[in-house]
Amino acid sequence: MASGDGMMDRMAPPRVTRFTAPPTRAGRDQERLGWMLILPTILVVIGIAIYPLLESFRLSFTNYRSSRPDRWSYIGIENYKDILGDSTFHTSLWNTIVFTASSVALETVLGMIVALTIHSNFKGRGAVRTSMLVPWAIPTVVSSLLWSWMFHDNFGIINNLLVDLGFTRFHMFNWVGDPSTALFSVVMVDVWKTTPFMALLLLAGLQVIPEDVYESSRVDGATKWQQFWQITMPLLKPALLVALIFRTMASFRVFDMIFVMNGYNTSTMSVSVFAHQELMAKQRLGFGSAVSVIIFVCIALMVVGYTRMIKVEEQ
Amino acid sequence: MSRKILVPNAVNGLMQDAMYGRASRRDLIKRGSALGLSGALMGSILRFNSVGAQSATPEGREWGWSLTKPEWLDVDLSGVTLSAVMDADGTGAPFTQAVCDFFAEQTGATINFIKGAESATDRLTYYTQTLNAQASDFDIFQVDVIWPGILAVHAEDLTDIASELAEVGNTFFERILTNNRINDVQVSLPLFTDAGMLYTRTDLLEKYGASAPTTWAELEEAAAAIQEGEVGDGNGNFVGYTFQGAAYEGLTCNALEWVYSNGGGTFIEEDGTVTASSDQAKAAVERAMGWVGTISPSAVTSYMEEDGRQVWQGGNNAFHRNWPYVYAISQADDSDLKDKFSVGLLPKGDGEGADNAATLGGWNMMVSKYSQNIDAAKVFAKYMCSFEVQKSRSIERSLNPTIAEVYEDPDVLAANPYQADFYPVFDGGSVARPSSVTADLYNDASVAIFTVVNELLSGQQDDVSAAMDGLASELEEIMQDV
Amino acid sequence: MEYEIKTSPEELDRLRATGGSGSGARRTPLAILGKVGFIILIFIILLYTLFPFYWAIVSSLKTTQEIVRPNPTMWPMEPTLENYRTVFKDASFMRALANSAIISTSVVILSLVFGTLTAYAMARLRFRGRVFFMYLILSMTMFPGIAIIGALFTIMRRFNAYDTIWGLVIVYLSFALPFTVWVLANFFRAMPPDLEQAALVDGATQMVALRQILLPLAVPGMVTTGLLAFIEAWSEFLYARTFTISEKAKTVQIAISDFTGNTQFEVPFGTRMAAAVVVTIPLLVGVMLVQKRIIAGMTAGAVKG
Repeated sequence: MASGDGMMDRMAPPRVTRFTAPPTRAGRDQERLGWMLILPTILVVIGIAIYPLLESFRLSFTNYRSSRPDRWSYIGIENYKDILGDSTFHTSLWNTIVFTASSVALETVLGMIVALTIHSNFKGRGAVRTSMLVPWAIPTVVSSLLWSWMFHDNFGIINNLLVDLGFTRFHMFNWVGDPSTALFSVVMVDVWKTTPFMALLLLAGLQVIPEDVYESSRVDGATKWQQFWQITMPLLKPALLVALIFRTMASFRVFDMIFVMNGYNTSTMSVSVFAHQELMAKQRLGFGSAVSVIIFVCIALMVVGYTRMIKVEEQ
Repeated sequence: MSRKILVPNAVNGLMQDAMYGRASRRDLIKRGSALGLSGALMGSILRFNSVGAQSATPEGREWGWSLTKPEWLDVDLSGVTLSAVMDADGTGAPFTQAVCDFFAEQTGATINFIKGAESATDRLTYYTQTLNAQASDFDIFQVDVIWPGILAVHAEDLTDIASELAEVGNTFFERILTNNRINDVQVSLPLFTDAGMLYTRTDLLEKYGASAPTTWAELEEAAAAIQEGEVGDGNGNFVGYTFQGAAYEGLTCNALEWVYSNGGGTFIEEDGTVTASSDQAKAAVERAMGWVGTISPSAVTSYMEEDGRQVWQGGNNAFHRNWPYVYAISQADDSDLKDKFSVGLLPKGDGEGADNAATLGGWNMMVSKYSQNIDAAKVFAKYMCSFEVQKSRSIERSLNPTIAEVYEDPDVLAANPYQADFYPVFDGGSVARPSSVTADLYNDASVAIFTVVNELLSGQQDDVSAAMDGLASELEEIMQDV
Repeated sequence: MEYEIKTSPEELDRLRATGGSGSGARRTPLAILGKVGFIILIFIILLYTLFPFYWAIVSSLKTTQEIVRPNPTMWPMEPTLENYRTVFKDASFMRALANSAIISTSVVILSLVFGTLTAYAMARLRFRGRVFFMYLILSMTMFPGIAIIGALFTIMRRFNAYDTIWGLVIVYLSFALPFTVWVLANFFRAMPPDLEQAALVDGATQMVALRQILLPLAVPGMVTTGLLAFIEAWSEFLYARTFTISEKAKTVQIAISDFTGNTQFEVPFGTRMAAAVVVTIPLLVGVMLVQKRIIAGMTAGAVKG
């Protein structure tokens, strides 16, 4: 637990508030009060997350199907073996990796550009910053529908504008359906939706860098470019790292956007969509649960990696 | 085989106006004479006009106005409460509510109408979960045509109901009835039906001197010629043929039509043999692959019903494969396509045993084994599927009956003259998906089919032979699990 | 919580002179070029973030026929509110809107009440297992929903929570509550302990200290987290898709996605866009009202805590 405390310290603002409670009556009272106050939250977490998770884990070792409530048995790690050999799972895993890597990379680069732009002072800065909240605030289902509409081969504005600009090869171009651009299309939508988040995170990081650091480097004759790499980046690194990890975990479990835009098409199927197909469309609760467990483990590993990284940063 | 094609025309329009009381008697006579109608036809049109005269328009009528009581419905169900999961919210619900009310009024039963989920997957999940718990949340429920096999273990046998209805002259289409029979048990009864149809722009056929295609080769030729001509005329967005090519159930329906119409079977035959790798099946899918990017937009691989229909509706499409619902929308007063199209059977292939094919859709009634009032529930199901209700459903909601006699009913023909032309499709061309033989694993089979076919259409796989062989072994594996 | 930009007056002048991107203090041709480039950059950012929503609005104002004609125009040729009329006349959509409002508001209230208590305990009290539970709660914010829907489905049926508003509210607490605890705990930690120390010395209980001293100070943080929780609950899709079936509990995201036409019922794109605009407006209004706090709130979670 002690090592865990280190993480809390890192994640929290400087903690100045430790009430040292001696093992007295007051201490016991505080202990009881503490438990009482966290009880509702813990109940929700256990009831809605931990217990169902254990249940999923149990189901993953069965061949349970909703249509065969009386005909199922424990089949050991059979499901996991099948998953490893399932070509659709391979495709979906690869899609998820490509999706995660490219959208996180694009979001970071674009987010950085936007953050640096907005960080400088100009008229209407507040308005631009506010406008960036628009994509972020739009529900994912809505943005997926909206982009599907813009990507539509026949009536879509994207093909229309591209053709008007002289790129005639985009006449009736099939963005979401063509396997060569399908994944790119969903990445585009994800980038659109989350770049603002990234930019605002980085902006917050930029704003806590004291101006006099730049001042002194300017005196030393550093160029803007050198300043960026020598001052901005190192100081921004903690914020960037946290943002990267959070975005990676969120992208890895992407579901609703891809599901709404392209359903069960294998060209864009993510691991979560694959799990959904098995669980809901085929009602293979056993096999589908095994897929869910794999997704959970991947994300749990990322969380562990995350805490490790934070600790390395500290030392 | 003669292809019946219905051209929406002025006579139909006149009949509808009369039926709905949109035109006065004098107006009807004037328009009728101008069209040179026979006296007998005029007479019947005017009769509809007097029907309509009782209350102004269909909008002005109470839902369920056309409901009548079958003679056999003379049972006292006072004190019985039945819960029925029927239509989702939307256009269907008010009519179904009226039917439930009517039934309640006639029998004294209390009917609790539960609206089902719009999304089929959600609805199926709900059914299986509730029924697995053996819960009696509902007594009667509406099931998709591909679900009888999945839900059969929870269903009450309705064989006697079907024969009782047959005795009073309510004979269901045999193919649909068979589809609802699992291991010789009639697990559900047909409520209304749907089938894949070909919509054709007759004005464009005329413009390019083409005739209505009866084979896929003819369709390809006509579509290519029209597309070339229209694109040449400056409409760069014009496409010859649209269908449903996205990876979902709709593609399984389309693929079944291609394969069956080419004499390639139904992927899995009724005896359980897998035929997905037959030469005719491969040839049929290969033909469809050739459409993508030529007579069909390349985006057809992500088209569901509405995507293609919008292209069709925009006037940018010569041939369109869809369900019957498109007819009413295309023929609406504010539609650009009004009176410019026809509907009929999809073309057939040229392989051995080629025949017309229209994938069967539609909904059926099932009675839950776990119901506390099984006998009353059966009476309700019987009423829901009866000639009388099917007739009203056709008149008021334009849904397609599953009893042949309804198609001959004058009131039905007056309300929806085009339904007469759907009849040969339902009767002659309809093909059921292999859902009975795959039982509760149908969705596994369908996912396998639409995934492979979509990958072929979109170019993720290009060796059609290898892909279909792969599909066949996948389907064989599924069959071993059944 | 708020990030105020601390720029000296001299610095401001320098920035004004160069448009923020120049490298010198004088107006050189290079600086002017930089300024033009900068304006273009800002313009591109605005176009990128705002155009899709603008396009939704334009599409929603077009007639059913205009919207399916090729070569769409940037402004409707014959603007009409017909699509909005259709949306507002759609009883089941309105019902879904009401459901979403009830669910999201309940989630916000419950997670603020329980979240504040838990956050206070985490920040100010010493008890065994505190660090462990803080970890547990943190890990919940990254929990993949797909991992539990199968099992949760069975559980909800057992407790008759399936297809009910309250069932969905409880499920939503599983993501809203951990998040609220996380942000508010950081908020409380940032407050100097002297604040309530005096009250405690005077004999007040911990709860009184919380209610009378810390809580009023935490209101800004609660507004922010409340709004964020509202947005999350309002936008949620997977659980709503899985755990509701009828108009009783169907949320607005489901109502909209069922507009996508994977059933055979006709759905004009224009109406769908109108529905999309209607669903988004409440969130945009909320975000605009407290935009500064939102930015601080969403960044605080990751940068500070």
